[in-house]
Amino acid sequence: MNGGPAIIVAALAYLGLLFAIAYYGDRRADQGRSLIANPYIYALSLGVYATAWTFYGSVGRAAADGVGFLPIYIGPTLMMVLWWVVVRKIVRISKGNRITSLADFVSSRYGKSALIAGLVTLIAVVGIVPYIALQLKAIAGSYTLLVSHHDAGLVAHHQTVPVLADTAFWMAILLAVFTILFGTRHLDASERHEGMVAAIAFESLVKLVAFLVVGVFVTYGVYNGVGDIFSRAAEHPRLSSLFAPLGGAAGGYVNWAWLTLLSMLAIMFLPRQFQIAVVENVNERHLTKAVWIFPLYMLAMNVFVVPIAFGGVIHFGDAGADPDSFVLTLPMAHGQEAIAMLVFIGGLSAATGMVIVETIALSTMVCNDLVVPILLRTRATYVAAQKDMTRLLLAIRRGAIVAVVLLGYLYFRLAGEAYALVAIGLISFAAVAQFAPAVIAGIYWKGATRAGALAGLSAGFAVWLYTLLLPSFAKSGWLPASFVEHGPFGVELLRPYALFGLAGFPEITHAMMWSMIANIGALCVVSVMTRADLAQQAQAARFVDVFRHADGEHALPDWKGRASIPDVEALLARFLGRERAQSALEAYAQRRGFRSLRELPADAGLVQFAETAMSGAIGGASARIMVAATLSEDAPSMEQVMAMLDEASQAMAERRELEQKSRELTAATEELRAANVRLTELDRMKDDFVSTVTHELRTPLTSIRAFSEILHDNPDIDTAERQRFLAIIIQESERLTRLINQVLDLAKLESGRAEWRVVDVDVPAVVRDAADATGQLFSAKEVPLDVRIATGIPPVRADRDRLLQVLINLLSNAAKFVDAGTGRVTVDVGRDGGNVVVGVTDNGPGIAADDRAIIFEKFRQAGDTMTGKPAGTGLGLPISRQIVEHLGGRLWVENAPGRGARFAFSVPACADGSTAVPPAEPARVR
Amino acid sequence: MAKRILIADDEPNIVASLEFLMKQKGYEVRVVDNGKDALDAIASFTPDLVLLDVMMPAVGGYEVAQQVRANPAWAGIRIVMLSAKGRDVEVSKGMAVGADAYVTKPFATRDLVAKVKELLGE
Amino acid sequence: MKTPSTSTTARLAVLFAIGLVAFNYPVIALFDRAATAFGIPVLYVYIFGAWAALIALVAAIIGRP
Repeated sequence: MNGGPAIIVAALAYLGLLFAIAYYGDRRADQGRSLIANPYIYALSLGVYATAWTFYGSVGRAAADGVGFLPIYIGPTLMMVLWWVVVRKIVRISKGNRITSLADFVSSRYGKSALIAGLVTLIAVVGIVPYIALQLKAIAGSYTLLVSHHDAGLVAHHQTVPVLADTAFWMAILLAVFTILFGTRHLDASERHEGMVAAIAFESLVKLVAFLVVGVFVTYGVYNGVGDIFSRAAEHPRLSSLFAPLGGAAGGYVNWAWLTLLSMLAIMFLPRQFQIAVVENVNERHLTKAVWIFPLYMLAMNVFVVPIAFGGVIHFGDAGADPDSFVLTLPMAHGQEAIAMLVFIGGLSAATGMVIVETIALSTMVCNDLVVPILLRTRATYVAAQKDMTRLLLAIRRGAIVAVVLLGYLYFRLAGEAYALVAIGLISFAAVAQFAPAVIAGIYWKGATRAGALAGLSAGFAVWLYTLLLPSFAKSGWLPASFVEHGPFGVELLRPYALFGLAGFPEITHAMMWSMIANIGALCVVSVMTRADLAQQAQAARFVDVFRHADGEHALPDWKGRASIPDVEALLARFLGRERAQSALEAYAQRRGFRSLRELPADAGLVQFAETAMSGAIGGASARIMVAATLSEDAPSMEQVMAMLDEASQAMAERRELEQKSRELTAATEELRAANVRLTELDRMKDDFVSTVTHELRTPLTSIRAFSEILHDNPDIDTAERQRFLAIIIQESERLTRLINQVLDLAKLESGRAEWRVVDVDVPAVVRDAADATGQLFSAKEVPLDVRIATGIPPVRADRDRLLQVLINLLSNAAKFVDAGTGRVTVDVGRDGGNVVVGVTDNGPGIAADDRAIIFEKFRQAGDTMTGKPAGTGLGLPISRQIVEHLGGRLWVENAPGRGARFAFSVPACADGSTAVPPAEPARVR
Repeated sequence: MAKRILIADDEPNIVASLEFLMKQKGYEVRVVDNGKDALDAIASFTPDLVLLDVMMPAVGGYEVAQQVRANPAWAGIRIVMLSAKGRDVEVSKGMAVGADAYVTKPFATRDLVAKVKELLGE
Repeated sequence: MKTPSTSTTARLAVLFAIGLVAFNYPVIALFDRAATAFGIPVLYVYIFGAWAALIALVAAIIGRP
């Protein structure tokens, strides 16, 4: 029988051993011969993940649930697969930024925000407190069990025992003292505790050995192997149902999946795990071993859980026995006191390991990320006056350790009885899971902002509080039970275990779902709605892009900073654009005799080259500053760099704009030049026109003047001659007048300044009027004029006078050109589709094909090459064409059948096409 | 012996006025209305002076003048060019082809007659 | 130490995905029945077996950085 004192002595001896190991480890570290620079030590130290929960609680859970305890270990195994990528990134970032705690990490990523640091610390402390309570429960319970040999298990009715008589209380005090001795003997700038790590690795081994021993004992000592246990279990009604439990259990697969996810996050974000895995990591390479050794460790730890659990149920039956204690009670029931003691030590080891590391991590955060910032804000002068901060800091930390442990004890008193161990642990898991969105987004998404992280953390934490922590008080009676059953103030929709009506899920799963929704949702939404300031952006870049600076650790002989090819490339790309930067670097590499830029050494020469290359874009001085800032070791100037980059990129944008404008300018100049050419052409044409008009005007004037002078100077001219001369004067005057009128008319028509009175015009009537007007011309030459008008000619929208003008022009032309006596002229009016067509046909000389276009030119007349100049101005047809085209029609000439020409024009008819003409009249011959 | 004047112009009314003016002064006058006939007339009529309109169909005034000047036999023929175009460039062009005078229309009858008399050495 | 090569990362990502699928519905449901192998319920055999296999695979992939 183990007496109480014997147990206490054994416990203290063990703790003393741990302490000695830690002390030795620290000594070796100070000597520079680190004990823990070993991947196996690193991997084993991760075993601190397995606490009294694993030791006792897994068995308890297995007895109730079959494999339901396993997600807690499968999750981390899966996470270790990605460990290589994710945790490496975190480790790299942390080393590069001198990050010493989880709160530090999160706050640093989001612009070194003190607010975030404080919030993370708060969440961590509140979240871990139940977990610590769990350890206390386990230790106290196991102690009591050993001592009093109750079969009742770890439930020890502590709530009724006064504090000072409570084993758990003294356990807490002991642990606190021990932790203080472990972790706060001195301050280390990197917050590393080599001794602690060595001790933790040792206690992982102890745990494993103890559990394996009891496992082997139960499986092969009590029973005849695993097969034996299971075959017996198959006969046990409840146990056999646990052979295939998942489908039937509460929430079944959903629960399983969420628990897996939860533990995947826990292995990264539990403060003790972050401490061991990231802060205490000495060498990234150790991760390669940890990736499989740690899962193997967990596998080994869990192999015997089910045999022990089933064995216990089979042995003790279902009544009364607390399955959490099977690891103790089974050996005890078989008189194996030594094994029981070993198990107790194992459990103690598990619990102390957890408490030590967790509270050290928490105290670091409380000190650095909670208390000190507050101190700096409120009592800055006091702080400044302290010559030596270390005593103050150590005092703060020690106080924090004690406080945290005592809080754990408090929770244990208030709520610890109501739950099995595993349930308590999961509450803590859910709390630290709230860090996951902010951290994972922080290392992969530059767009995550401080506001987003704050929102996410707060939202997730709030949901966690409401759906897990508060109800746990209700379950223990410190809050009214109606809070859980009917929601606060009876609001059913806000029941903590069935929020918004989502019922039917285990508490943890339910809480995880809502808290993750709130957390991730708030993080994303607020992040995209807010802008990160320069400091945040710089930090975001440092975090997310940490792997871009590969091989950056080597200091170069004649270059004080660390430049890597990717660094230089990125820098150049910023100012020269990606392609130019690459080609420049390639060219440089070639010049130096390397085959490609990958082979370039990142030395001063390269940096010099980069500087030169950039000075083309931003000037020499700025280039030097840029190079110094980004390629040197001095990290904080990143902010300056970002500011400069912003300016530079703005300058580049402006230059692009300028280039764009100059391109547009060139294009405009081209257009102007073309327009100028056209204008010159038009000018010349205008000049031609003017000179031609002048010529045409002067010609009749010449006659007028000459004969006027003649008549004036020769009063004795005989009458016949005088009459003749006067007639010429009159004739030429008329010609002049006509010319002037037509020139003006044409000018008005062409410039669009003519007045148009557009009405519905009856074309046949106009044709008849024109025939009347020109009748004199025809009769003078004895040329008959045929007028043929078809039926059903619709009216057209036209200016009647202008239309008349055209017809008169065409008719007089015809009259002019036909031979007297034998000539015949016909006017026909017809309809062609939507147009009214009028044609004037003569049997005169016709128009040669070459002349068809010429006759429509100003001042040009058919017959320029003939002898004898025809009367006329040469403007009639151009004017007619102008008029017809203005009315929307066409004027053209074609050859008449046989001899002669036909001038025709078409004008669009009115839309309604109503006939406005009486039936065709017999042709009238004049 | 009366001087012979050839009038070459395609405007009948202008021709009429010139004809009257020349005949009044007692010159012998021949009339053509295009450049080709003008050259024929110069060959047959052998005028002493040609009143040459620039704008004529087929063969224009400038060409006639050039042809006349190209023929040494006609070196003595005086050429007076008439044109409604009075720009400097036209005048220079006229003088360049060998005209003895360039008169713009409308002209003052007195001036024209005086010029003719002068050119004929009277 | 070099940055994680993309092929290692890719393989790990695939293994992770396989692991997720292997340890969750629906694959795990295949073994969720009252049958035994070597006297042990298949579910247990499968979970521990797959677990060991996963560990071995991770070790193999990471094995030569």
